[in-house]
Amino acid sequence: MGKLFKFHTDVDTDQIIASQYLLFPTIDEMKVHTFESLDREFASKVQPGDYVVAAENFGCGSSREQAPSVLKALGVRAVIAKSFARIFYRNAINIGLPVIVCKELYDHVSDGEELELSLEEGIARTKNQEFVCTKLPPYMQGILDQGGLIASLNQ
Amino acid sequence: MGMTIAEKIIAAAAGEEQVKPGDIHTVELDRLMSNDGTTHLTIDMYHQKLKHPHIADKDKLVWIIDHNVPADSPKTAASHKKMRDFAKEHKITFYEGKGVCHQIMMENHVRPGELIFGADSHTCAYGALGAFGTGVGCTDYLYAMVTGKSWLLVPETLKFNLTNALPKGVYARDLILTIIGQIGANGANYKAMEFGGEGLKTLTMSDRIAICNLCVEAGAKTALMEVDEVALSYLKERGREPKHTFVSDADAVYSKEYQIDLSTIRPIVAKPHFVDHIAEAKECAGVKIDEAFLGSCNNGRLEDLRVGAELLRGRTVHPLVRFLVVPASQEVYQKALEEGLLDIFMKAGAIVMNANCSVCWGSCQGVIGEGETLISTGTRNFKGRAGHADSSVYLASAATVTASAIKGEIATADML
Repeated sequence: MGKLFKFHTDVDTDQIIASQYLLFPTIDEMKVHTFESLDREFASKVQPGDYVVAAENFGCGSSREQAPSVLKALGVRAVIAKSFARIFYRNAINIGLPVIVCKELYDHVSDGEELELSLEEGIARTKNQEFVCTKLPPYMQGILDQGGLIASLNQ
Repeated sequence: MGMTIAEKIIAAAAGEEQVKPGDIHTVELDRLMSNDGTTHLTIDMYHQKLKHPHIADKDKLVWIIDHNVPADSPKTAASHKKMRDFAKEHKITFYEGKGVCHQIMMENHVRPGELIFGADSHTCAYGALGAFGTGVGCTDYLYAMVTGKSWLLVPETLKFNLTNALPKGVYARDLILTIIGQIGANGANYKAMEFGGEGLKTLTMSDRIAICNLCVEAGAKTALMEVDEVALSYLKERGREPKHTFVSDADAVYSKEYQIDLSTIRPIVAKPHFVDHIAEAKECAGVKIDEAFLGSCNNGRLEDLRVGAELLRGRTVHPLVRFLVVPASQEVYQKALEEGLLDIFMKAGAIVMNANCSVCWGSCQGVIGEGETLISTGTRNFKGRAGHADSSVYLASAATVTASAIKGEIATADML
């Protein structure tokens, strides 16, 4: 089980990690600023295995791969949203961060609630509820399974 | 079955006769652009994650330092140095301080029919020259750099049929903001946006770049325009030839078609904090501003500077406003200088700065403070995009931005 952090619709990549941190030398130096403009405490509160839950169009805006990378570096296990902006979605899969489309979950959970996700079954469970998530297309699931796109270059 | 321009470019790059939306293909890429927003991370991955570091074809790569120019901190300087040194070592085509990456690509590299990955979301601008440009992250970029190829899901296409011409005092920027407002911030998510019709012929290359560039703000994977005489003469002037000039087939399938009568478009602003949060500019008249920005890959070309300079002739910038004028490239800067435009801006009290991304991406020049308001020809108005998390950005045309800089509050040119 992990705790879920709930965000709104149209969360853009500037909110996930602001421009002024992007040229920092490493992701580890950037990650403490994750979601800074929305929740200054996020980076200190989130624990490995926690989830980010959002409504529509999560990750819209710039192509900065730092956005999924800081979430992964903080140990976020998956982002579950009603829908994702395409560049964020593709970047997340490429680096091995699960991005799960689930239309139902958002409207039935609260910030801070406990959640468990079974990637194999495509099911997210809270204490009392169960939500069926959309499975990734096989090609993209394949990239995720091998640990991201770069892993395939090293095979 | 007929194909759209996007489908034809992917088919050619995949070596297929026919492709259809939803298919995933392995494609050969023509060009790979990357800038200082992420290249330092690409280089780290190249050295640290690859078992066999390798570049498939260095001649496909174009690297451009444009986001934080000149460097604003030792950390930025270190990231720039990493990029500069790698480019030199591997003989990669490299620009620094020459302007915003997309403007440099349009001026020097993009050809109709090409398939281009750019490590920047506004790469969709290249559709103004009939090229399929799409934004990617640094892992995608590295994969493409190593293999020369990538995977691509064939997008559905939305068709925008343009008729008539924009009224006087209304610009391409007002048009694309209107369209984004109409279809929404994810209205074209995963899709291609294709523009055609008689109205397209009335638009200059500068207009076309402004339109295609902003399509990612509706979520689009790419934007494409039919290649006509306007595009071909732009290419010819710059000594380039098309790779292919694809047109959509008469029986191509679009997921939706829109009819846009250009004569109905009015001056528009996008209000904080979303690009699709639009209103007629006049509805926002009177909103006090602290800073105005005329620049960016979207609206920092010579044509935009001419619009601003013409309004400023014989007028001055409001004493409480910082008006930043940032040409999109050195080429634009030089021409603006020769035409006397920069002289007009400077005498009117504007701050003319070097060609770069500037406050459009809110990291170096001209960032705004807590509670401040910026009116901008930049690409985005997300919360905190231009500086402090509690600040506001309005997006508008060069004319509306300049008029607002003169009045000290949001105003359209006809209110001067």
